[in-house]
Amino acid sequence: MASTTLYSQRDPMLKKRDDFEDILEERRNSSDLKYAVRCYAPVLYKGLTPCKANMLKSMVLQSDHLRYVINQVSQESGEAPDIIHEEASVILEEMAHRLKISTVRFFAFTLTKAFKTLFQHICVNEEGIHRLQQAIQEHPVVLLPSHRSYMDFLLMSYILYTYDLALPVIAAGMDFMGMKFIGEMLRMSGAFFIRRSFGGDKLYWAVFSEYVKTMLRNGFAPIEFFLEGTRSRTCKSLTPKIGLLNIVMEPFFKGEVFDVHLVPISISYERILEESLYARELLGVPKPKESTSGLLKARRILSENYGSIHVYFGQPVSIRSLAQDKVNRCKYNLVPRHIPRKPTKETQSFVTDTAYRIVRLQEDSMVLKPWVLMASILLQNLEGLELSLLTEQTLWLRGLAQSCGAFLDWPDHTPSAKVVSSSLALHRGLVCVSGGRVSLVLGEPQGLVTPEEALFNRAVSVLSCASYRNQILHVFIRPAILAVAIHNAASSKKDEVFNCFSFLCKMFSDEFILCPGDTVQDFEEACYLLVKSGSVQTLQQNIVVTDRGQSTLSFLNGLLESFLQGYQLFSTLVLGNLNMFSDKCPVEGTI
Amino acid sequence: SAPASQKKKTSATVHCFPRQEIMKWNGWGYSDSKFLFNKKGQAEFTGKRYRLSGMILPSLQDWFENTFGASVKQHKSPPSLNAGALPPANLNEAFLQDLTATGIPFSHEADDRVFRAHGHCLHEIFALREGRGFQRVPDMVTWPNCHNDVVKIVELACKHNVCVIPYGGGTSVTGALECPPEEMRCIVSLDTSQMNRILWIDEKNLVARIEAGIIGQDLERLLNEGGYCTGHEPDSMEFSSLGGWVATRASGMKKNVYGNIEDLVVHIKVVTPRGVMEKSCQGPRMSTGPDVHHFILGSEGTLGVVTEVTMKIRPIPEYRKYGSVVFPNFEAGVACLREVAKQRCAPASIRLMDNEQFQFGHALKPQVSSIFTSFVEGLKKFYITKFKGFDPHQLCVATLLFEGDRERVLQHEKQVYDIAAKFGGLAAGEDNGQRGYILTFVIAYLRDLGLDYYVVAESFETSVPWDRVLDLCRNVKERIIRECKERGVQFQPLTSCRVTQTYDAGACVYFYFAFNYRGLADPVHTYEQVEHAARDEILANGGSLSHHHGVGKLRKEWMKESISDVGLGMLRSVKEYVDPDNIFGNRNLL
Repeated sequence: MASTTLYSQRDPMLKKRDDFEDILEERRNSSDLKYAVRCYAPVLYKGLTPCKANMLKSMVLQSDHLRYVINQVSQESGEAPDIIHEEASVILEEMAHRLKISTVRFFAFTLTKAFKTLFQHICVNEEGIHRLQQAIQEHPVVLLPSHRSYMDFLLMSYILYTYDLALPVIAAGMDFMGMKFIGEMLRMSGAFFIRRSFGGDKLYWAVFSEYVKTMLRNGFAPIEFFLEGTRSRTCKSLTPKIGLLNIVMEPFFKGEVFDVHLVPISISYERILEESLYARELLGVPKPKESTSGLLKARRILSENYGSIHVYFGQPVSIRSLAQDKVNRCKYNLVPRHIPRKPTKETQSFVTDTAYRIVRLQEDSMVLKPWVLMASILLQNLEGLELSLLTEQTLWLRGLAQSCGAFLDWPDHTPSAKVVSSSLALHRGLVCVSGGRVSLVLGEPQGLVTPEEALFNRAVSVLSCASYRNQILHVFIRPAILAVAIHNAASSKKDEVFNCFSFLCKMFSDEFILCPGDTVQDFEEACYLLVKSGSVQTLQQNIVVTDRGQSTLSFLNGLLESFLQGYQLFSTLVLGNLNMFSDKCPVEGTI
Repeated sequence: SAPASQKKKTSATVHCFPRQEIMKWNGWGYSDSKFLFNKKGQAEFTGKRYRLSGMILPSLQDWFENTFGASVKQHKSPPSLNAGALPPANLNEAFLQDLTATGIPFSHEADDRVFRAHGHCLHEIFALREGRGFQRVPDMVTWPNCHNDVVKIVELACKHNVCVIPYGGGTSVTGALECPPEEMRCIVSLDTSQMNRILWIDEKNLVARIEAGIIGQDLERLLNEGGYCTGHEPDSMEFSSLGGWVATRASGMKKNVYGNIEDLVVHIKVVTPRGVMEKSCQGPRMSTGPDVHHFILGSEGTLGVVTEVTMKIRPIPEYRKYGSVVFPNFEAGVACLREVAKQRCAPASIRLMDNEQFQFGHALKPQVSSIFTSFVEGLKKFYITKFKGFDPHQLCVATLLFEGDRERVLQHEKQVYDIAAKFGGLAAGEDNGQRGYILTFVIAYLRDLGLDYYVVAESFETSVPWDRVLDLCRNVKERIIRECKERGVQFQPLTSCRVTQTYDAGACVYFYFAFNYRGLADPVHTYEQVEHAARDEILANGGSLSHHHGVGKLRKEWMKESISDVGLGMLRSVKEYVDPDNIFGNRNLL
């Protein structure tokens, strides 16, 4: 059964989370080939109308919705409907998946090999799998994983195959199509491809949305897509895109299905394959084009250790329960359902709200490694610090993070010194220990490179390290904004602090996952957490920092410092060089 | 006390003065007709009135126990009427005095008052059976004999500020007959049963003038004697009255040939606190502003009393034939009905029962008398399920009724069966069709059987555009199942639906739902919550608030949403003009 509760847990310490199982363990002890060819018989949706991938296409092309849009486009462009229909059919051909179990088995075999080399563990919460299995039978299901790596969707299908669950069809960016052979392989493992932007293209939108909705209505397979739209290069969740979410909700609004369940899935990597690639991309080195040869070159990553992956399948969220009292479905009664209409304001704000909540649920179940805590401390001590001090501070931060509800994977029964040293070892590309002092690796020794190169290398290290720190931001973001607000408000009056808090939330609305309209709730949550940890006290409408709270607040302030500096720097630049910026929008959230 | 001497018997009707003598006071229909499980645990239907009467129904027990998780060993018999528990009559002496002077009969006997205090909603019947009764019942009952009597009563009611609630057949399922508990005035139940004459028949124009208190079956029988019929056959026609049909916008099973009540009515005479309203001629259609008849049709007793109606009549059809079609699944059946509606060739009646109702129909099959019949039945079943590959848990049945001259009926029949064949439908014989329609009349008795064994049941209806029929049926059933589960109903409820009327632009869908209420603290409340949720679901899926049951008090809360603020304001302003003192104070609708 889907939970109706959203993000409402008062005390994050009380969050109940499932245990993990390592799925690689069994793979290491049995035949990969046998695994790839084993009997695969997933449970299916009870309302399933069985149909082949090809039948699906003709259903889409013959749908009332598409016919309506084809006529509309034909009237607008003067082109004959047949020609537009042909166009639609080409679009669909380019888009559609061709899910084949043999390809999936091929991937099951090769990925097992690769995973066993790359990763120590792939941990999955089996209770989440059971819940998903139930959900799949009851209602159409939409899988919404976080997106940090190219691995994500292969990994998802791999896990579902492992647990004998229905394989999803996955909305993927067109970029992959560039990879000749691989693109087709992905298609046969369930990917369907959509253009990155098709804003004004009515026909494209119609084909795409009808394709997704047809699969959903028929219960063809779970639908998987990334709310964040693209891989987050910073390990910070991206502001959700609501286009696809809107599409999968529509069949419910229009009564075509009883309910749709959204399953938030958090995929946490101890080390991301694309780690240094991302840092370079952020610094302006162009993203290498997806190509098969590029992939082959990337083989060298196979020789490295990427630690473990945690995949947490969250509680399925029922759209029906969410929409209760928020969306009046009667609104859809007065126009034939196949005629596309812009969502009403009410619907739009519901979808946006849901998108944010799902991303928060994803964030919430992200597993954080000790290294994430260490990276956060290191970034506030760029000149380096004593190993013993780092250990001490890491332990302190661990306590703070836990009281704020972080999902920490801190090894039990291991001395903390050992935990710290093994983290340092895994990330030796980023950090070095010399003479009992820990500091970031700052590239080649000075003198051998130009000062520009040295600066660039330093930036790569800092950004790579920041991408780990960013993983814990969701835990601290509200208290941190409050800390900054307390620091900057004209007085300690609650109202003034709130005003400042609210300003910061608005400013950071594209930087962090702060649901628009939740500011009051966020403020209360932040106050609650800081009061609970003994960092602040509220006395007669005043918010006062306690003595023992000083260190916490200074850490939280430090956490946002680089963001604030970045915004400040940027606005100075803009104000000083208004003419320099014409139509080109500057990079978003790069720190 | 009631002047018993004033009570006159009318011979033409089955309903004598105190109806409770032949009808149940706490259940549906005739006292002599009911389902029961006999000592052997076999179900039988008592009495002599129906085709099913006196028959043993061997499969009913299994079906009943398996469907509801109930046991025929757990019997719960209802108490008898406790007149002492009744709130004392709040009489208006001045009104009483004036009324006595008119000579119109009245009574304030407990059983007369209780009998007219309710309709047949589950909560009403349940309250009676639990011996709990009602917070408010009419203080007295009066029996006008003609239009002029009604005029007198309404005048007196206005003069003495007495609340009047018209009472026809008492078959309301919307709480329309319930007395508002907050009503402090004397409440008079105006029983129209004595106004039951056909005043004249006009064969040139094929219309008849009929008093509004006449009961459906009496009207049909009397007209039949002269070779005519109205063709208006709502499922409640054994007990419901002409005035009630007008007041609720009733719909008859054979509306495809004869039309619904609004199509049948040519002229209405209605007594309101403002005076009598009627049109000055009986032209078949008029363009004289909005049709004032439509203020009365569906007014649910809030504006006045309908006393006389001119109604279209037709010669009795020469030939009538039942039929049935089996479809592999409900989807195919709906598609077929849609096509039939599109080609405008619907027979007098066409109904599509879902699989649950099909199975239920089977459970009501009487004991087969000969081995041969059961052999044939077995063969039929074999043919459909094994040979044709229909899944017995998917298939569903359409029942048909054709009327007209013989040749045309046969032609029509062929046309419909040809369409059905295109949707995978197989003709399944006349018997199955006829059985479907007999069921309609006895099904209402089954609720009482359920109540005897801790099962509550109710039906409700809606109308919906064609393209939403399937989605609505699926979602409403699912919603009911889900709501029951969430509210602690232990055994999955029975949910079933049938498409019961077809129109050009949509269909009427009828739902049944029932569940075993053991373990629930307040079964009626649970039931009401579920029904409420089901109605929300209907509205969210493009269904209407009601197709023919009406609004009453049960569905008032959705009126604004259904007809908009302005629409509601229009109705209110009519009420304010016609009945400023709220004499017709049943508080239905608005």
